[in-house]
Amino acid sequence: MTSDVDATAPKYLRDKYAIIGVGETTYTRGSNLTTRALGTWAVRNAMEDAGIPASEVDGMMSYSNNDSTPSPMIAGDLGIRLNFYMDVYGGGSSSEALIGLAIGAIEAGMCNTVVVFRSMNGYSQVRIGGTGARARAPIGGDAVHTAPYGWFSAGQNFSPSFMRHMYDYGTTPEQVAMVKVIHSEHASNNPKAYYKQRVTVEDVLNSRMIVKPLHLLDCCVETDNATAVIVTRAERAYDYRNTPARILAVAGRVCKPRIDMHFQHGPISTVAGYYIKDIIWPNAGVGPEDIDLTGAYDAFTFTSMLQLEDYGFCKKGEGGDYVSSGIMRLGGERPNNTSGGHLCEGYTHGMNMIIENVRQLRGEVDCYCPTDDQGRRQHTYDYSEGGCRQVRDANISMNLGWAMPGTGSSLVMRKG
Amino acid sequence: MPEGEYRGMNLTILDVDHENTAYFGYCAGHDFHLQQCTACGLLRYPPGTACPWCQNREFEWTAVEGKGTVHSYGEVHQAIQPQFREKAPYMILIVDLDTQKGQPSEHEALRVAGNLATPDGDLAPPELVKRVGIGSRVRMVFADVAEGLSLPMWTLDEDAEQPDEPWRYPQEYNGV
Repeated sequence: MTSDVDATAPKYLRDKYAIIGVGETTYTRGSNLTTRALGTWAVRNAMEDAGIPASEVDGMMSYSNNDSTPSPMIAGDLGIRLNFYMDVYGGGSSSEALIGLAIGAIEAGMCNTVVVFRSMNGYSQVRIGGTGARARAPIGGDAVHTAPYGWFSAGQNFSPSFMRHMYDYGTTPEQVAMVKVIHSEHASNNPKAYYKQRVTVEDVLNSRMIVKPLHLLDCCVETDNATAVIVTRAERAYDYRNTPARILAVAGRVCKPRIDMHFQHGPISTVAGYYIKDIIWPNAGVGPEDIDLTGAYDAFTFTSMLQLEDYGFCKKGEGGDYVSSGIMRLGGERPNNTSGGHLCEGYTHGMNMIIENVRQLRGEVDCYCPTDDQGRRQHTYDYSEGGCRQVRDANISMNLGWAMPGTGSSLVMRKG
Repeated sequence: MPEGEYRGMNLTILDVDHENTAYFGYCAGHDFHLQQCTACGLLRYPPGTACPWCQNREFEWTAVEGKGTVHSYGEVHQAIQPQFREKAPYMILIVDLDTQKGQPSEHEALRVAGNLATPDGDLAPPELVKRVGIGSRVRMVFADVAEGLSLPMWTLDEDAEQPDEPWRYPQEYNGV
């Protein structure tokens, strides 16, 4: 089967934009703060990271599921006068898409430098699955084909796609559990991670069943947090404090056919990455073999696997082998989610995986390695527990953002 | 306006939503109908406002046989809503209808969602859940919610030839 995606988008923005600053709050379960306070904290940290004054930030974008605070409040608190802002509805995979839209806004001459943020009390206020006030809201129209079947949470929604992959390709629970095992190893070297404990395949398979094929430890950790990245033109990027991460290409919220109910168009074990790959690779000018590290969205263990497979990091159907082979491990050929990702560091709708890759490309991830008298990390590349998580010679990274099986986004960056 | 309470949820179909009002109205008569495009003749699910294959907005409601094969499923062990908790584990089935399977392209089908249910439309007990997996033959039944509003459900088709062993997730949990 060949894709009919038009991959002829102009390439002239390749390498023309960069991420100059990244920041986040701590990851907690019970922030005791508003999303406004969290958002301000993360944006402020990203500005500090870049060393950019408020007077040089003039664009702001955010996404949420109506569980956040819009840009004007954050900008107002930080004394930022905006030439452009837009707050959109959306969850996972919006991070990469909004970085693309930020490039578009700057390219159109609307503004110069855009902060993209996500702020969420994802544990203490609005949890996955629609409990509390959301459960009492009337269910109408199109949702009557799903919600009354006890089919609302992300895990419930995605489970038929995951199950069918096991049926189609013989993928085993043990293979998929390795995603969590490896991400937990990475998290054990991340002081910021909510879960730093290393786990085994047995731990995953013995954890309680949520919705087959997902055990508790196949699911990400809901946390309260905010996250932010700052995008500007490459030629301005070197005016700031840190080495920029140059953007080679972005693909945003690419869909499978019949996105109204994507199961109508099979194979249902194929995800949006199948279509994204035909946009992102030509536009970035690189291929899977050029990527040093990935950030494959891990709302669940399965989401990392399905995406890596459809983007072409392995043959279709061999995702189980890929994720259990050690390739994705620190020290392996192409580490994935070196912060521990959503499964261990904290659930952020994808932002923390972009932040992590920016730091990796700078060669400056925060791990347990010693620092010199300038405060610079002296990486040991010893990936044992409580050690290093810096990838050696990290030059090109890819983020594989996920909304659902039928929708995803991608971002390829290089060391600046 | 079809409206009713089902397992703690307030289901409401607005009058202006003509497609869903008609669809659930047929279901209320325990009769399964889908929209059939008047131009290309293809059926579609779920109800929509144009033909996804030829963009024609005109359609006719056509009776469709509620029989098919389980294409995939999820099996919820930790339910979210209280009124599902007492019924867990429950299955969410994606069923390939026999009608129009593999059309208009190889991997397409009318894939109709529903829970695995008893013949009277209640959520299936664990003994039934254990017997159903990918490849199981199922037939449509209905759960009545309110006047003008019933939900399609799936039950094991006891009259059909079943696979020797339908494909189920390899790990049992709480005996299921």
